[in-house]
Amino acid sequence: MARRTAIVGVGQTFHRSRRPDVHIGELCAEAVKAALEDAEIHVRDIQAFVTGNMELFEGRYVQDMWLADWIGAVGKPGIRVTTGGTTGGTLASVAFELVASGLYDLVLAVGFEKQFEGDTRAGLKTVADPLWIRWQTTGAIGYFSRQARYYMKETGAPEEAGAMVRVRLAAHARNNPHAHLRLDLESVEEVLKSPYLIPPLRQLDMCPTSEGACAIVVASEERAARMARRPVWVKDWTSVHKEAIYVRGGRHSVADLEMAASRLFRRNGIQKPMEEISVAEIYAPSTWAELEWLEAYGFCEKGTAWRLEEKGVFYWNREFPVNPSGGVVCTNPIGATGLIRVAEVALQLRGDAGPRQISRKPTLGFSSAWGGSGWTVAHLLSSSKD
Amino acid sequence: MKTREPLQVLGRLYVPYANWVGETTSQFLCELRDKRRLRGTGCSECGKVFMPPRSVCPTCLASLETWVDLPTTGLLMTYTSVHYSFGREYQPMDPPYLLGIIRLDGADTGLCHFLGETSFEELRVGMKVEAVFKENREGNILDIAYFRPIKAAS
Ligand SMILES: [Zn+2]
Repeated sequence: MARRTAIVGVGQTFHRSRRPDVHIGELCAEAVKAALEDAEIHVRDIQAFVTGNMELFEGRYVQDMWLADWIGAVGKPGIRVTTGGTTGGTLASVAFELVASGLYDLVLAVGFEKQFEGDTRAGLKTVADPLWIRWQTTGAIGYFSRQARYYMKETGAPEEAGAMVRVRLAAHARNNPHAHLRLDLESVEEVLKSPYLIPPLRQLDMCPTSEGACAIVVASEERAARMARRPVWVKDWTSVHKEAIYVRGGRHSVADLEMAASRLFRRNGIQKPMEEISVAEIYAPSTWAELEWLEAYGFCEKGTAWRLEEKGVFYWNREFPVNPSGGVVCTNPIGATGLIRVAEVALQLRGDAGPRQISRKPTLGFSSAWGGSGWTVAHLLSSSKD
Repeated sequence: MKTREPLQVLGRLYVPYANWVGETTSQFLCELRDKRRLRGTGCSECGKVFMPPRSVCPTCLASLETWVDLPTTGLLMTYTSVHYSFGREYQPMDPPYLLGIIRLDGADTGLCHFLGETSFEELRVGMKVEAVFKENREGNILDIAYFRPIKAAS
């Protein structure tokens, strides 16, 4: 029987396109120190560490070894997690598992990326199957262009729909001092002036490459009772993997997202996700992915997300706040990105999100991470223990 | 079906990188390059002096903001001799050459570097050594060319 587990501290850096003032260890130390400060504990209290980032993105291997003496992990147990785009989400899951299993009472997870330091193109090429697809892939932009085209065709959504998402995310990011892109985008027209990457995907539709780190402190129920912060309870989590080949010729599919969310909701008796869940921080690398994936997670019916976007219901002060942090489209330090989703939901459930605090009473929160060839990690967090 | 001829797919990916060293290391390397000066950082919590300097203490996670001037002399803590080559693009000089770990006077940690103007037979653990700087310095740790034993005053 798994033990009750809680998040008792979160910390993140201020995310930028480049952080020449710090090296990788120093960047992670910033996030770790922020999380320890939030939890009001000393690093010596931490019993085990989970670290992670994208393989090869900085031209450095065994990053866990590089990091040990910058995050206070020397001489302590630890494990490195590197599951591609889902890394940040898996970091949280592994920290939860280490505590829920009874092995440790206090675990710290930290994820980071410093994307401009290596050749991410080379790193991403190794993701693609070398026999069949390696040299044909066009990376994330090709994938999300196809996804946008597919969504427009299936649902009849006009080009303005993606732009509406972008305007909302810009408004959210301006409330979040940690966000990377905090643009003064006020209108759909401004977004539609943005150049195409691959039509219909525009530059403003797509996430940036960011440098930053995020850390969380996870505690057992007994340890959480003696912590400074109100614990955010970990209700459930899951992950879904798909086949290894990067892009098959077949139909565009969101089966991994559907499976992950429906499994969590079924296991926890959630029948009306948009009513029962008060906030969602979803890992969507583009505006169009955000629309399609809200449907895939089962928050709304197929083909209706862009209609709800038109009505403004996904704004932080409205009925169903989606990515009140500004989301991945505004901030994407890949190895940290999934963990930022978890940390942001935790802040919302604590009521500590400052200017980006949702208006709705926060009770249940959903966070997700996505990557690879359609992998999903999802978490359900709660402000109450039961 | 019989395997007639096992094939391989060939490819080569380059792994270039340009890691920022951070403000603390930048300041250290600039002073090494411009003034031939070596400075460490001190931890106010545990009292340790780090050379090379760090911005965060590995045990306390305290921010290390105090600079400590160090001399260019120190003690040889250990040494060895390298006799094999795995390619000049991965090694700064051709073997055989000498490597040592040097603790500068006033520092609590060691720095791994080359040893020159000496021989394996002459080296002793605990002997005094001093840094010899390159003429044309570029702002990296190899701006110290090597350490050499300090000859007894004659
Ligand atoms: Zn210290």
